[in-house]
Amino acid sequence: MDISLQINGKSERLSVEPGVTLLDALRERLDVTGPKKGCDRGQCGACTVHVGGRPVLACLTLAATVREPVTTVEGLASGDDLHPVQQAFVDQDALQCGFCTSGQIMSAVAAVEQDVPDVREFMSGNLCRCSAYPNIVAAVDQVRGADASV
Amino acid sequence: MRPFELTAPETVDAALASPGTFLAGGTTLVDLMKLDVLTPERVLDINTLPLQGIDTTDGLRIGALERMSDVAAHPGTYPVISRALLLSASQQLRNMASIGGNLMQRTRCGYFRDVSVPCNRREPGSGCPALTGANRMHAVLGTSESCVATHASDLAVALVALDARVRLVGSDGERTVALADFYRMPADTPEVETDLRQGELISEVLVPRLDWASRSTYVKVRDRQSYEFALCSAAVALDVQDSRIVDARVAAGGVATVPWRLPSVEQALRGAPPTQETFEAAAALATEGARPLSGNGFKAPLLRRTIIRALREVTEEDRA
Repeated sequence: MDISLQINGKSERLSVEPGVTLLDALRERLDVTGPKKGCDRGQCGACTVHVGGRPVLACLTLAATVREPVTTVEGLASGDDLHPVQQAFVDQDALQCGFCTSGQIMSAVAAVEQDVPDVREFMSGNLCRCSAYPNIVAAVDQVRGADASV
Repeated sequence: MRPFELTAPETVDAALASPGTFLAGGTTLVDLMKLDVLTPERVLDINTLPLQGIDTTDGLRIGALERMSDVAAHPGTYPVISRALLLSASQQLRNMASIGGNLMQRTRCGYFRDVSVPCNRREPGSGCPALTGANRMHAVLGTSESCVATHASDLAVALVALDARVRLVGSDGERTVALADFYRMPADTPEVETDLRQGELISEVLVPRLDWASRSTYVKVRDRQSYEFALCSAAVALDVQDSRIVDARVAAGGVATVPWRLPSVEQALRGAPPTQETFEAAAALATEGARPLSGNGFKAPLLRRTIIRALREVTEEDRA
């Protein structure tokens, strides 16, 4: 079936089978490989992207059902200027192998935007097998602290 | 995933007129299609149907396509409902999953989810490996010789405690059913999970007004602190006046094949003072008729303690 997607501000048209997930459409058809395929079962959070501004799991989303704009980790930076959350992940060394990082960042952006009361609880849907959790929380706190001081 | 046809009906009538499996958030359906547990030939994407809205004018009306995160954040939602939702899944899944879909989610029993083994719920008559197998997570209440799988929804436990009803629309008209009657215990037909008829769709959830449910909570005990299904949970609402419990609502999750209302516990609470002794005596009635399996005997005492903890939580001020 023919579908159209808005990916990081760009319109894309493609023809997909109904069972193609947003994750596979992004990675295999549009070469948007920031979202990662970890479990492919909605359990690990590595595929987290924003649809309509809210974090969702691209692996459990059928591409043909997406009607709102999609933002992936590739859509956060402005040119060479990293998004504050991306910069905080660099500053706080909030990763080791990096496989979960794009998903972590997409959830962390929402954590900052929503000013959530409990970062660890909010981020529990993003697993990190390297266990970089303390530094991930520090990265979120860094951005929130900067926001509070403005 | 097996090939299927996907359409997006534009009206409720069109959706009801087309045979197929309804898709809302997809967090259950797409997952189980990947596992080959569900193999629909036609899928109907219902996300553009006008089944949204949260109305708190008289009680609570929740459109079936509202997302879990929006209902949890709504100021007019009772605490027991918002807490049950916020203790469910992850924030990504709560942004995706609809209220109707949450109520229709399937059990997390590992045998149900694995098509290489028998399961009476998935393939009637094939057998139940959980009866003698890995059954630590399984039910102790409402079980049968054919199925011991727990119901997975936290929200449904809170809603059953509040006497919620679901509105069902079908091509022959609409009806409302008490959520407690909507779910079927497995008995000898575990494949029949709900009262929903072929072609019917949940259109909204109706929670009767209950002002004293402002004093309510949901306590969930699980193997991990977050992002895990319940080993045991308790939904509690209490009406306390002049140091007496006037009325009570108590339901349990994670321990039963359906969301489990506990009228005997509620009866034992009514008229009594909100004390530890009252709570212990009432909670002792929660596990009457419980049938532990080889691996889940801990769930009976855990249920009693979870109920006591929830009761203590909503009466902290009274006991101070």
